Amino acid sequence: MKLKDIIGGISRSESVKDVYISLFSILLALIIGAFLIFLIGSSPLQAFTVMLDGAFGSVSNIANTLTKTIPLIFTGLAVAVAFRCGLFNIGAEGQLYLGAFFSVLTALKFSFLPAFLLLPVAILGGIISGMIWGGIPGFLKAQFGTHEVVVTVMMNYIGINITSYLVNYPFKAEGWVAQTDIIPTAAILPKLIPKTQLSAGLIVAVIAALAVYFLLWKTDIGYEIRAVGENQTTAESGGINIKKNISLAMAISGGLAALAGVTQSLGVYERFIDGFSPGYGFTGIAVAVLGRNHPLGVILTALLFGALETGALKMDRVTEVSNDLVIVIQGLVILFVAAPEIIRSILKRRESQ
Amino acid sequence: MPLAIEMKNITKKFPGVTANDKVNFNVEKGEIHSLLGENGAGKTTLMNVLFGLYKPEDGEIFLEGEKVNIESPKQALKKGLGMVHQHFMLINRMTVLENIILGMSNELSLNKKEHRRSINELAEKYDFAINIDEKIENLSVGMKQRVEILKTLYRGAEIIIFDEPTAVLTPGEVEELYNILNMLREQGKTVIFITHKLNETMEIADRITVLRNGKKVSTEKKENTNTNKLAQLMVGREVDFEVDIKEKEPGNEILKIRNLELLADRPETIDLSLHQGEIVGIAGVEGNGQLELEEMIMGLRKVIDGHISLDNKEITDKSTKERKKMRIAYIPSDRHNRAVFKNFTIKENILLGYHYKSPFCKNHIIQEEKLKEHSEKIISDYNVKTPNSEQLLKNLSGGNQQKVVLGREVSQKPEFVLAAQPTRGLDIGAIEYIHNLLLDLREDNKGILLISADLNEVIKLSDRIAVLYEGKIMGFKDKKDFTRNEIGMLMAGEMVENEA
Repeated sequence: MKLKDIIGGISRSESVKDVYISLFSILLALIIGAFLIFLIGSSPLQAFTVMLDGAFGSVSNIANTLTKTIPLIFTGLAVAVAFRCGLFNIGAEGQLYLGAFFSVLTALKFSFLPAFLLLPVAILGGIISGMIWGGIPGFLKAQFGTHEVVVTVMMNYIGINITSYLVNYPFKAEGWVAQTDIIPTAAILPKLIPKTQLSAGLIVAVIAALAVYFLLWKTDIGYEIRAVGENQTTAESGGINIKKNISLAMAISGGLAALAGVTQSLGVYERFIDGFSPGYGFTGIAVAVLGRNHPLGVILTALLFGALETGALKMDRVTEVSNDLVIVIQGLVILFVAAPEIIRSILKRRESQ
Repeated sequence: MPLAIEMKNITKKFPGVTANDKVNFNVEKGEIHSLLGENGAGKTTLMNVLFGLYKPEDGEIFLEGEKVNIESPKQALKKGLGMVHQHFMLINRMTVLENIILGMSNELSLNKKEHRRSINELAEKYDFAINIDEKIENLSVGMKQRVEILKTLYRGAEIIIFDEPTAVLTPGEVEELYNILNMLREQGKTVIFITHKLNETMEIADRITVLRNGKKVSTEKKENTNTNKLAQLMVGREVDFEVDIKEKEPGNEILKIRNLELLADRPETIDLSLHQGEIVGIAGVEGNGQLELEEMIMGLRKVIDGHISLDNKEITDKSTKERKKMRIAYIPSDRHNRAVFKNFTIKENILLGYHYKSPFCKNHIIQEEKLKEHSEKIISDYNVKTPNSEQLLKNLSGGNQQKVVLGREVSQKPEFVLAAQPTRGLDIGAIEYIHNLLLDLREDNKGILLISADLNEVIKLSDRIAVLYEGKIMGFKDKKDFTRNEIGMLMAGEMVENEA
């Protein structure tokens, strides 16, 4: 399969040019990143080599990269699904906290269940809590026209602080750390590679991406969601219920975001820890934007971000370049994607030459 | 006395249409001149040429006898031309005063006091009872229009163009507008009044220029003409009443509308019926309840009062989905916002409305093969110019987009077809195609309700015609019992005395 076909596959219903813009944005950001490294007097080549090595250089490095990728796939998918319905879910962060907490709580409270049932039930508990947390702003928008951005942002605070309260008081484990008790072994997501943090959460993430693709492009449910996102009034005259789809898309989005917290808690920490997320929910917005709101694009972007972050740790240790550089690169990528006109004009000039 | 405006041989072409064809247009100083014509006759184009918004292919413009070359509205303003648009160009959150002086000052500081004094003076001179510190959002439509007028006057306009100024006003406000226009004339200003309403023209204008199909038909003095004559000039005679449409005995009643209130601010209601094998045309100037009728039939707008039934079943409170299940084909008047998804493929556009149903969907899974087959069939049956059904809809021309919509709606074997402005914006070839398609559907015993602002289209296709004016049906009878003039008069809100 040629690269062009793959790109065409990602873009299926968008213009191929959009995909090029994403790729070009990444390239441009890396070039500027290299220039910055050069400016501070280090070797860009060395820094990037170390970074690449840190991200993919050994089995455990790859495992670390993939571990970082998992939550970003989920939050990226969450934002993408909402966006396909024309909605901006800024609330993935709150939704993933809810999901994480309630999956752990389910695992702790339903420990009497047979071993093979406990893990799925715990995951389900997390998904449902996220769907409710995401569904509320959807429902409010559908019924009263409240803006989902405002409501989801506010619900982030509520979600993060409610779980914080719960883990600091009613469900706090012995000791000085704000965390719950450790979950039963049966509820832990099995490790894919022993002695690493990489759990079966990766498989769940890939399945979720496939499921989102299938839902959006192969079913009538997804068709309705996309139709509402593309043109509400046309969808309406085709007999599509706008309100229902807005609520539904936000609930699905919330469920996906929740899985980011669920897989972290059940797969990495094996408990709920206060304030565990370094902002996966917000990075998910960037992942969705760069991934063009397409599941495959989301997976690739999440992998890129995961690799950048893991590689940066090693770069920070080995070279004089701080790992903050990666944040700069990520920021630049988003800037270029968000301002596609810049890229377009550059591409155009190159074409005309 | 030199003419205030003289436009000579103005020709303005758009792709596919000649909007103004060698138009000569003269306005005397200090008169109210009405520019009369149907939708699309070229009135607004001509004024946009005058105002510097369009550059004509040919022709010359003289102001006060002097040849001018106006290239932008800003230049037009400088030369003493002002325009009051149909859609107001005002900022709601700002006050009247702020709106009037917006963009006028080139200095860093704004001498509000000075502006306030002179604007108040001007408002008094023309008897505008207006509080210039009120925010626009708190004003009535009529008041907003006054602000627009004040704005042009304050900028020193000597000639003021009004684009369909009464379209948005209540009858009381129309009277007040007439007073203002007369006052403007007394003060020596020149007024151009764009309209398609005969009664208004006869009420207010000194002279009247009639445009039809981009050409000037005639300029008349009010004393020498009457609404009847003007109607004749306005609608012309190009399309014959007797088109070779086969006589056909209509079948059972398919659509029935009883006491339906179209416009919320008017108590009038309409009654309408449609039979199988019949085309009923709704004639009328747009904005008289057509959109409301269309959306109420489809369940896209809440019915205020009245009943709609389809095939003897009341559908007034049914959802759009339920109605579509009763085999309605719907060609929306607003193609972009009601009919198509521009960034979806042709295939996905064809799926709309049938996406949950067999054979295109089984157990929630979309049947790609079936859909593709069906889409390719529509593309070939309806002559859609595209390589395949995977193309994005936005890559098609307007006519081909409309064919996709028609194909989608008609291929599902409807019993009732609601076609609203089905040929708007299309080229002649596509129009012919769609007209023939509607006639074939009639032949096939379907009931068709045609809502169109294009009078020729309504006359050409319909068996019966209803004329809509301000939410009311002015007349509803067989086409052969109407004269063209009569329809024109009814469209303009004139009651016609029975000649028989």
